[in-house]
Amino acid sequence: MDFLQPATWTEALAMKAAHPDALPIAGGTDVMVEINFDRQRPPAFLDLTRIAELSGWGLDDGMLRVGAGVTYARLIGELGDRLPGLAMASRTVGSPQIRNRGTVGGNLGSASPAGDAHPPLLASRAIVELASTAGTRRLPAHEFFLGPKRNAMRKDELIRAFLVEPAQGPQQFSKVGTRNAMVIAVCSFALALEPERRRVGTGIGSAAPTPVTAPEAERFIEGVLGEHDMWQKPAPVAESALVRFGELVAAAARPIDDVRGTAAYRRHALAVMARRSFVWAWNEYRGAV
Amino acid sequence: MNGRPRVAEDVWEGTNLLGVLREHMDLPGSKNACEQGECGSCSVYLDGRLVCACLVLAGQAQGRDIRTVEGLASAGVLHPVQEAFLEAGAVQCGFCTPGLVVATHDLLTRTPQPTTMEIREALAGNICRCTGYAKIIDAVHLAASRMRP
Repeated sequence: MDFLQPATWTEALAMKAAHPDALPIAGGTDVMVEINFDRQRPPAFLDLTRIAELSGWGLDDGMLRVGAGVTYARLIGELGDRLPGLAMASRTVGSPQIRNRGTVGGNLGSASPAGDAHPPLLASRAIVELASTAGTRRLPAHEFFLGPKRNAMRKDELIRAFLVEPAQGPQQFSKVGTRNAMVIAVCSFALALEPERRRVGTGIGSAAPTPVTAPEAERFIEGVLGEHDMWQKPAPVAESALVRFGELVAAAARPIDDVRGTAAYRRHALAVMARRSFVWAWNEYRGAV
Repeated sequence: MNGRPRVAEDVWEGTNLLGVLREHMDLPGSKNACEQGECGSCSVYLDGRLVCACLVLAGQAQGRDIRTVEGLASAGVLHPVQEAFLEAGAVQCGFCTPGLVVATHDLLTRTPQPTTMEIREALAGNICRCTGYAKIIDAVHLAASRMRP
């Protein structure tokens, strides 16, 4: 095995072009498990931890552009106020040791259906920035995930950053697991309210071959809020509408039975999480208007 | 490594930092249990941040500042965190203890007087199968009170 350690982003792209089978590694919280258990023997590692460009973040045309190497611990500490949904999800990742190393870039690279960062990225319509020596392209998060642990990256590409608007309104994240730490989601749900655009964003984790959104549920609840002019005059949403929203979120999932839970349980839990998350976010919005 | 430069030779590229510590540097304090970041027994500092050594690829640690449990005591005198673990009876088989000591050290560096809830959160990545955690939490409170400036 080779160990490639680029010092700059330009060098990293050149190395990836020359060694397309090199396995990128950042925090190692996914990759090293594969290596330690002999599940993968890549011809080379491409260590991304020395590249300063990947560990920064800033504003890019009104969006936050966050380097792929920013850890969960830093997201929570530095961006928790602007990306509350993603920060809530980040707090549920592993343990302090894992959050000190793990990155959203790595979560995207692994593309696990259970990745904790994915539902909030979907709910707030994030964009993934990929790069190669041939150039840069930006993909909406919902087009990035192709299947279980499969994403839209070409072999010569690396994840440079993700772009997401600072929260436009209240955001929520819920996750079901057997304890409060070190848990792979049984299922998870993220919600983002965008009052200016009269939009509601959703993201579902660990209940389909990829992280997915629930567009029918979004249109339904947007319709309920619009019909009664509730963005202007916020009032409690009828229980029947909340239940329907939960049902539509559950219907958007395509869960399976596995060691962590059954498909039926996941659908049920998603409906509950969706309803609760919406009420929490909506109450926060009502309190702020 | 614990304050001085160390060289490890003939390290296979796929080795993790824990293997380097234990097999190449004669530092067996960090323990190898799960090798997947679940148990915290190999907790060390990497550039001042608490990490699982089993999830750091050896090459990633090159030139970095590593501090292990062996680097906490100075000149044969135990660190107050270690003293508190002994005194509170927070040790049974002892396998998880080095990781818990380093994780507690990290917590008390950032939060000198933690609440019980903060202790539970901070140690959520360290698993102990003997003590039931009650005495570990006692030990952290005891260490915090000893270290109070």
